[in-house]
Amino acid sequence: MITIYFFAGMKEAAGTPQMAWEIEDTTVKDIRKKVKETYPQLHQAESAMVAVNEEFAGEGDIVQTGDTVAFIPPVSGG
Amino acid sequence: MEQRHNYYITEKPLDPSPLIQQVIRPEAGAVNTFIGTVRELTEGKRTVALTYEAYKPMAEKKLEQIVREIETENKDSRVAIAHRIGKLDISDIAVVIAVSSPHRDASYRGSRYAIERIKEIVPIWKKEHWEDGSEWIGDQLEQTAYSVDGPEEGRT
Repeated sequence: MITIYFFAGMKEAAGTPQMAWEIEDTTVKDIRKKVKETYPQLHQAESAMVAVNEEFAGEGDIVQTGDTVAFIPPVSGG
Repeated sequence: MEQRHNYYITEKPLDPSPLIQQVIRPEAGAVNTFIGTVRELTEGKRTVALTYEAYKPMAEKKLEQIVREIETENKDSRVAIAHRIGKLDISDIAVVIAVSSPHRDASYRGSRYAIERIKEIVPIWKKEHWEDGSEWIGDQLEQTAYSVDGPEEGRT
């Protein structure tokens, strides 16, 4: 199982802070697809950065069961 | 306890003094402190409050990375950074950065670098509350959309 977190505007658009995907291994690219299928209103899933296990990840990076994925829309701290 | 670290995210009000104390040492001749506060007016629009949200474990890792980047670039600099999350009122302190160095130039540069870097790579988001609504704010650097492969890393 892969846990996927949403924050800020994405969390509000999804109506939930997280979702789980029962899959052994996949890629960041396919996680975007899965999220868009699950929450069609989450347009930011196409453009937001993705972090895997708390580090920014690229599209082709492998994601495995037990990993934690987070969508990181443009940040606005400071 | 979060305050043991020289980088942390907290829901409590921020006091700059402990962060300054963390970087003061005999080798230092300068301590530059940056304090970011909640601004009431942005382009004429009145903010009544802000809510900050963080992906806390990653945000603290990224603050640690920024500290490391500055201390690698200037081996004699010491850095402490804290960012508050939750609901903040006008003039509340949102971020404190303290940088010490033997001479003033490195402490100014380190401080400037830290705040710009926070706005690039630290997963913290701000929601502005106005009298007539609220909105999550993104991309304060007014850059074009982020590359899907993430922001440039390891820049100094």
